[in-house]
Amino acid sequence: MPEILKKYGKIKETLDYASTDVKSTGITVIQVGSATCENAAGAEAVKFEFQKLINASGRDNIVIKQTGCTGRCSQEPIVGVFAPDNFPVKYKQVTVDKVAEIFQSHVLGGTPVVSLMLDKNTNIIYDHIITFCETNYEKRPDHLELSELFQERLAHHGISNERVRVLKGGNIGLSRFEDDDQHAVMIVFPENVIYRYETVEAMDEIIKEHIIDKTINQKYLIHTEKLTEEYMKFYGDVSFFNKQSRITLRNCGIIDPENITDYIHAQGFKALALILEKNDPEWIINEILDSGLRGRGGGGFPVGAKWRNTRTLKQDPIKYVICNADEGDPGAFMDRSALEGDPFSIIEGMTIGAFSMGASKGYLYIRAEYPLAIARIENAIKIAREYGFLGKDILGSGFDFDLEIRLGAGAFVCGEETALIHSIEGLRGQPRIRPPYPSLSGLWGHPTCINNVETWANIPPIIIYGAEWFNRIGTVGSKGTKVFALAGKVKNTGLIEVPMGTTLREVIFDIGGGVFGDNQFKAVQTGGPSGGCIPEHLIDTPIDYESLKEVGSMMGSGGMIVLDHTDCMVQTARYFLEFTQDESCGKCLPCREGTLRMLEILERITTGQAVMADLDKLYRLGNMIKKTSLCGLGQSAPNPVLSAIENFREEFEIHIKEHRCPTQKCSKLISYHVIADKCTGCTLCARRCPVLCITGGRKQVHEIIQSQCIKCGECFNVCKFDAIQKI
Amino acid sequence: MCTNKKYTLSDEIVDYINECLSKEHPESYLIAILHKVQGIYGFLSEIHLDEVAHLLQVPTANVYGVATFYHYFRLKPRGQFAISVCMGTACFVKGADSVLTSFKSELGIDMGETTSDGLFSLEGTRCIGVCALAPVVTINDRVYSNVVSQQVSQILNEIKAAERV
Amino acid sequence: MKYINAVIDGLSVSVEEGKTIMEAADSIGSHVPRLCFHPFLSTEGACRICVVDVEGYNNHLPACATKLQDGMIITTNSPSLRETRRDLVELLLDNHPKNCLTCERDGNCELQNLSYKLGVRERLFEGWRKEFKFDDSNVSVLRDAEKCILCKRCVRVCSEIQGVHNLSQMYRGVQTVVSPAFMAPMDESVCIKCGQCINVCPTAAFIERDETDKVWEAINDPNKFVVVQTAPAIRSAIGEGWDMPYSTSWTGKTVTALRRLGFDAVFDTDFTADLTIMEESHELMERLKSGENLPMITSCSPGWINFVEHFYPELLPNVSSCKSPMQMLSTLAKTYYAEKMHKDPKDIYVVAVMPCVAKKFEATRPEHFSPNGYPYTDAVLTTRELIWMIKAYGIDFVKLHEDEFDVPLGTSSGAGDIFGATGGVMEAALRTAYEKITGESIENLTFTEVRAVEGLREATIDIKGTLVNVAVANGLNNAKIILEKVKSGEKQFHLIEIMACPGGCVNGGGQPIPHVNKFIYPLDKDLVKKRQQALYTIDEAKTLRKSHENPAILELYKEFLEAPGSHIAHELLHTTYSEKSPKGIK
Repeated sequence: MPEILKKYGKIKETLDYASTDVKSTGITVIQVGSATCENAAGAEAVKFEFQKLINASGRDNIVIKQTGCTGRCSQEPIVGVFAPDNFPVKYKQVTVDKVAEIFQSHVLGGTPVVSLMLDKNTNIIYDHIITFCETNYEKRPDHLELSELFQERLAHHGISNERVRVLKGGNIGLSRFEDDDQHAVMIVFPENVIYRYETVEAMDEIIKEHIIDKTINQKYLIHTEKLTEEYMKFYGDVSFFNKQSRITLRNCGIIDPENITDYIHAQGFKALALILEKNDPEWIINEILDSGLRGRGGGGFPVGAKWRNTRTLKQDPIKYVICNADEGDPGAFMDRSALEGDPFSIIEGMTIGAFSMGASKGYLYIRAEYPLAIARIENAIKIAREYGFLGKDILGSGFDFDLEIRLGAGAFVCGEETALIHSIEGLRGQPRIRPPYPSLSGLWGHPTCINNVETWANIPPIIIYGAEWFNRIGTVGSKGTKVFALAGKVKNTGLIEVPMGTTLREVIFDIGGGVFGDNQFKAVQTGGPSGGCIPEHLIDTPIDYESLKEVGSMMGSGGMIVLDHTDCMVQTARYFLEFTQDESCGKCLPCREGTLRMLEILERITTGQAVMADLDKLYRLGNMIKKTSLCGLGQSAPNPVLSAIENFREEFEIHIKEHRCPTQKCSKLISYHVIADKCTGCTLCARRCPVLCITGGRKQVHEIIQSQCIKCGECFNVCKFDAIQKI
Repeated sequence: MCTNKKYTLSDEIVDYINECLSKEHPESYLIAILHKVQGIYGFLSEIHLDEVAHLLQVPTANVYGVATFYHYFRLKPRGQFAISVCMGTACFVKGADSVLTSFKSELGIDMGETTSDGLFSLEGTRCIGVCALAPVVTINDRVYSNVVSQQVSQILNEIKAAERV
Repeated sequence: MKYINAVIDGLSVSVEEGKTIMEAADSIGSHVPRLCFHPFLSTEGACRICVVDVEGYNNHLPACATKLQDGMIITTNSPSLRETRRDLVELLLDNHPKNCLTCERDGNCELQNLSYKLGVRERLFEGWRKEFKFDDSNVSVLRDAEKCILCKRCVRVCSEIQGVHNLSQMYRGVQTVVSPAFMAPMDESVCIKCGQCINVCPTAAFIERDETDKVWEAINDPNKFVVVQTAPAIRSAIGEGWDMPYSTSWTGKTVTALRRLGFDAVFDTDFTADLTIMEESHELMERLKSGENLPMITSCSPGWINFVEHFYPELLPNVSSCKSPMQMLSTLAKTYYAEKMHKDPKDIYVVAVMPCVAKKFEATRPEHFSPNGYPYTDAVLTTRELIWMIKAYGIDFVKLHEDEFDVPLGTSSGAGDIFGATGGVMEAALRTAYEKITGESIENLTFTEVRAVEGLREATIDIKGTLVNVAVANGLNNAKIILEKVKSGEKQFHLIEIMACPGGCVNGGGQPIPHVNKFIYPLDKDLVKKRQQALYTIDEAKTLRKSHENPAILELYKEFLEAPGSHIAHELLHTTYSEKSPKGIK
């Protein structure tokens, strides 16, 4: 075995992973989520409570592990219990008062607490869960999916679907075995074995041996490493994860992000060892090029091309790689989750990139608002150095590379690469004119490659499984998967990762569970302040760079906010413009002055002072700003407004012509009134009114003096009897 | 180097700046230094900024230009409890504005102000990435999730009560 | 040299590689409107007014910052581009005061000019307008942030040329404002008052303090004997106020105009330039003898004096103790001349016309007040202010006959004239030093090796075997290079001339700003050369070209000052300096 891989293997051997492996040790693991969002939901107190109970029980074969965010944010804190010889169980919204019950019943008693489980269909404890890799298996009848064919065969053998759960499958990282349409590939849990076969007869054979006789069929068994091996094992069948494919987030919510042992056993640093062994930078760049990976930060520039430029455009002994973790889009937290949940993979991705481009120094530019992410990545850098994955002579290859963290300080524009470079240099984060692009002249004038967190996290799997594998996922122009932060008026808020080409409908209704409160869907906002609102009739748009652009929005870094019929589109447009206007760096004239004037016009519309000519002015300014601004922030700042007018013109016109806000969101266009029948005269509203414009004594029906009302809505909010109405 | 002069900045910071001076591109550590100063003193005073400028040998105007560019930096002291209402998209959609209004009326102060007893200051913040639990409010390091405006007085009372103990 | 071929507005162009679209378009007469662009400062690319369309690009590209590439097909004009530019200029106007008619830059404002040319006749987007306090804390440079269009030229000149870094943009977005640190008034900043920000500002966001009213009042006061002196650089640029040719001097017409305005005596600062050489060369000889405080650095430029006090206090002992020529003349006017004319110095009012705004500050320094508490210089006017006064009075400068300065403070040698050009003080000093050291008459009076148009010159002058190491710097970033060499001891200099303004006094912060339609920008080396040439021409035409041969100077010493470096000379002609706060960061 060659030297570097040997060294990697040795490191792996020395790590004592077995001690925490549920199956081999009989240890029960209680896994508590630990990320900013989990902590906000109270995860730390929950962890402390479990620890107290473990101490009190005197048992030494129960351990607590922490992990990053699983993406199920609306259900946090999430606690997993992994007992030997059992499917794992995940509990949702575990507050401190629920800890004792889970501990007593499940951890000590072996009986899961069904009422607290994360998803209802995990209530049944199956014998097996089977998932297929998505291929176009030719042998199946036209009307059946592969999984459906399998279910039919199961039924044929008289096996109840209460014993075996069959999943539709997705991309679970089975490397080259997903390749052809001749074979079916499936994984059977909890044995965690993979079968690959050609015929329906073979399928029957496996059912007979594995499901009925409970022996492993050696004939069709294959051995290969799985990208998300742990993931199915840990999550089983969870509806939220169906239709998802986790590449970026492959380890998030599964491994302990502060523990390199976990990471290495999830194939961590293997890609790095491979490329160092191969010692061929051009090969790496070709792989990345062939994979079709495009930048995940918003622009969608081909990553391989950027790397090649950085490598070749200028002969310069000093080159830099930068990880852009200045996730500034309001409503986006993909990068935070990845940094908190799987920091080592970012380090590995950057190191691979640095090797291919000839950089020896890298910077991680992280928002100061993410203290936990900073702590995790700091810790990961330190440990990676200790193990020789960073620093001088990495894995004995002679390659030197080290990382430094630089903190942002609250400037959205620093997500723009030249502004980010200025910020690292200690300057005001204002962009400069490109060209020259950073790949030619970046940090301190040296060739610099900037990619965002998600992009870097994609690198190790591409190296391990190959460009061809990655290239098969997604659409013609957009390869791989994309992480989205699903928020707003949707039932399952959280982080999701789906193959490119998945439709917005699938994300919002299948994964997201539909609109919150079963309200009427109105629009989905993607791309944050640079994107646009996509209305209902375009909801079958597939998610890829070009399609989103066509409907007036953009991929952006991955914020996805669902709006329902109670949301005012003028207000939404105003909200985003207010954001960009506030975040405008002030350097270039169109963005600085133009967004101010657009905002003024929008304010006039929301307060009933606009005329129809104002809509034309919005268009005129918006288009001018798009075409004339210096950087991407300015060039995309008008998008939310222009797309809102495009898709919801009627709503704008009602505001302007009728001085009416159909959703009653524009406070200047509504008024509050006391419903006499409901008012009990409790005086609460009168006491809370900031301008004291509510009259009426105790036990008397109150009245709001309209001329003095500032429409703050405080009375509406505080009334306990729903006696205040908005008109 | 500037060791014979007395600085109002703590030794820790002066040492840190001296450490930065020994590295490549020392001026690039300006933002990191300002983070440290704010971490210790709660805000960036003119005297501290001036001292940072001289220690790091970065023109004072540039230091002030940087300090005022980034919204994370505060140029005025804030209350013992800094209330930040997240104004990110998700929070906005879920009603952060009415939460903010409640804080304003409960405390009798506007955004960016501090109560006269120095206990609370109120600010809006950009998305802190906890969108799924919107609306969120952070008070010092503690994050309150799914806040509704009716909760505001209770939250404040709890803090005041704890403060009295 | 590689050439790039492209098509601009349907015409083929071929320009050297590395040229911008703007440069290429200029070469074929397509003048793209521009605003933040300044040819002698770094490229900002922020105003976007110079945007053009390039085939294959969705967005407009800034002509000032985009390099021409082979095969580009460029349109500099289209209905959409014109609307874009119009709207951009309107956006600036919408956030700008509406007092154009009373503004100092009315008629010579780049914003106003663009607005007129691009046809901004109505306001489509007007709304909120920024408000800032007018900063008139400083006696030299006033700052009106409301008129600022954030082109950053001032920030660029203050850092890139002057190395002072007093200005930066503060805050961001629409709140952005250019200011010294801590939003401090200019007077409490490290501003060295050179006024280069005034010269490069496209509007009137920076202007000098107007002292014309004060001067009118003095002229009209029957009890005041109003004396005026004009600096060397005035005569080379004042004609620009009437669009008269460059490279020509207007000494005689200036004297006539000043008399017509009502000044009682018209003197020449050149006279005290000669006197400066006498005192300074004496001081240098003393220092060379003792070996102390070498190199000696000249002290004529008040911007430089402010700079050394804020930024290099450790080098203050090296600065010549000589007062500037302006202060020497003012002092003599209220001592020597007063005595001679039997006038009470309190009744004499001294006005100095200077190419410089730092002189306004210099006049107020406590060191330049007489022991009796009155200032030696009562008012300082810039060249621009003098042009206004002459125009206000209704004098047609072009038609004036040529007059001579009054005696005795109006007689000068050619050495005094060239003080206005960079290297001029050095050259004048070398003429005198040569003869003093060798005791022989100098043959070649021109020391071209110290004429430093490019900003920095070092030379070793062989004075019959005595090697004198000299350096000349103009623009304070250049000065820093020399000063750092002095501090490190890398090179042993004997005499250094430093002028704060790039190109010397001819390009001072108080000089005329070429009309916006000329597209000649202050800092233009060609403009500097032309103004310098006017001074060199005067020098060459004079028979009297050495300061120490100026008969009026010799008489002054005989009658009043005794000898260079005498006690009384020290008392009246020399000054002191001190470290100033805030301390500048180099």
